Amino acid sequence: MDTTNTVAASATASSKLDRPVAVHCKGITKTYGEGQSAVRALRGVDVEVRTGELLMLVGPSGCGKTTLISVIAGVLDRDEGECEVLGQDFKKLGPAGTTRFRAKNVGFVFQSFNLIPTLTLAENVAVPLLINNVKRSEALDRAREMLEKVGLGTRTKDIPSRLSGGQQQRVAISRALVHHPKLLVCDEPTSALDHATGQKVMELLRDVAAGNDLSLVVVTHDARIFEFADRIAEMDDGRIVKVSTGKGHQHAAHELSAEK
Amino acid sequence: MIRIAIKMLMGDKLKYLGLLAGMAFAAMMISQQMSIFLGLSSQTGTFIREMTSADLWVMDPQVRFSEDNIALPDTALQRVRSIEGVENAVPLYKGFLKAQLADGTRTSVIVVGVDDATLQGAPARINDGDATLLRQDPGIIIDDRDMGTKLAYKRAGGKPMQLGDHLSINDHDAVVVGTYHGSPSFFWDPTLYTTYSRALQFAPRERRLMSFVLVKVAAGEDVLAVKRRIEEITGYAARTPVDFENVTKAYILKSTGILINFGIAVGLGFVIGMIVTGQTFFNFTLDNLRYFAALKAMGASSGMLIRMVLSQVLSVTWLSFGLGVGIAAIFGAFLAKTDLAFLMKWQVLALTIGMMLVVGVLAALISLIKVLRLEAGVVFKG
Repeated sequence: MDTTNTVAASATASSKLDRPVAVHCKGITKTYGEGQSAVRALRGVDVEVRTGELLMLVGPSGCGKTTLISVIAGVLDRDEGECEVLGQDFKKLGPAGTTRFRAKNVGFVFQSFNLIPTLTLAENVAVPLLINNVKRSEALDRAREMLEKVGLGTRTKDIPSRLSGGQQQRVAISRALVHHPKLLVCDEPTSALDHATGQKVMELLRDVAAGNDLSLVVVTHDARIFEFADRIAEMDDGRIVKVSTGKGHQHAAHELSAEK
Repeated sequence: MIRIAIKMLMGDKLKYLGLLAGMAFAAMMISQQMSIFLGLSSQTGTFIREMTSADLWVMDPQVRFSEDNIALPDTALQRVRSIEGVENAVPLYKGFLKAQLADGTRTSVIVVGVDDATLQGAPARINDGDATLLRQDPGIIIDDRDMGTKLAYKRAGGKPMQLGDHLSINDHDAVVVGTYHGSPSFFWDPTLYTTYSRALQFAPRERRLMSFVLVKVAAGEDVLAVKRRIEEITGYAARTPVDFENVTKAYILKSTGILINFGIAVGLGFVIGMIVTGQTFFNFTLDNLRYFAALKAMGASSGMLIRMVLSQVLSVTWLSFGLGVGIAAIFGAFLAKTDLAFLMKWQVLALTIGMMLVVGVLAALISLIKVLRLEAGVVFKG
């Protein structure tokens, strides 16, 4: 097996690290394709995420970030290694069980929002509840309440294209949270947003996470939001090569800029 | 989630109308082409179907279709009449003859000579009278649809033929004593009815002139048993109207190439319709792939996604099927006023909707495979 890196081992003394483990993965490997064209996306990754913690995964394109969050979220099967998310091993749950687990416990925020353009905001936000077989009228009520919390309570009947990028991402976050998941997976949540809007979105995510004991795994290239992370795991070539606290990472980034 | 699926389908009005128009075009194309083919195929049996008085048609075994003139000897009639189970048997003449109208217009006509005594075999729908009109010498009855068209005086400016007009059939005088309302036939020439004896006068002299013997089976007798008996005893072919129609249809299909060629065009229309349906749905699902992928990631099961896609296919297919078939039916209603072929049977509608559903579902599911497999790239990068 390739060299592995343990996030938990290099963790800061943050109080959040005293909380229960939400995600515990060890020695994760994943290879796409076979033979000469095989691509080893993950080469033995160890990662832990605590309840209420915000972990950022950073690194160059193709380093395995998306594959890692896919494995953590139960979207993709790992080849080797052990992984428990909220106490469940997806391999033991099977495909149908994993799908049900995701529906109940995982929220997703996508880079391009993925709001269904022909549905109203309330309907978009209600989707996870409908997937969980909540009655339509109740799902819409809860969706409206959620939109109210993110400041879009007056626009529940609008369609996504009438909203700015930041507003759309707030709707996407509402959708990810409406069914009270325990794990939130965000793929480049600020990459389509300007700096100020990106900051607001991250503040919203951090506040929600703190208030709900929600574990967040955020994939990002955006150095401007590193300050929101409890910890940052840098990935390269399918491995986690460095782990730092959000503030420490930002400090290092500033120093690097000054030297240049 | 089904309501969500329907809103995904109909939410973008422009795209939805495009989808509907594409599918309606496919439905129209398939149903219209099949109806034309069926109509044309059906028209090959018009003459046989309209001869409602016959339970069996007796003919030379080498006869391949209704217009095939391989005559029987006169003795055949008596032989058939003597067979047990035959209530009555009458002769029928049918042949292509040359005619010249009063203005000099020459044309080919189909002359049908029916039994002088019983007039069995005369047209069913005779206008202003009945088959006894044929007893006026030298009377013929013509199709009212041909009066201003196939039997019009082309050399006199297209004036329609009238009752009482004379024409020459193979240099024998004939008078139009009545008209009937016939049905469009695959065989183009105008069909004139007269008596059997008069038809023999019109026809060029040959040793054998009796085209068919029409048999009425006695009450309580099994038609198929009588058929077998006739064939065993006489050596002639005895065919029920349905058999004879099928034999005629098969001959035209296989031997002339007319229907085969047309069938190829119909098949092409069918394939184009199917491709339009498949392509339309494939593209629609592909356009929405990232949303389906997001739903899958959020915990929608494969079964739920398939149900969503099926509901989309079903709703748009039903609506476009109605529109397309409606347009095809209007087209058919216009054709009904002409001799052109169009027959929209329920089987055409069933096959059209069935194939559209199958192709639509397959196309949508093929485009959905990536999502059903839940490829991470699709989920997170759309």
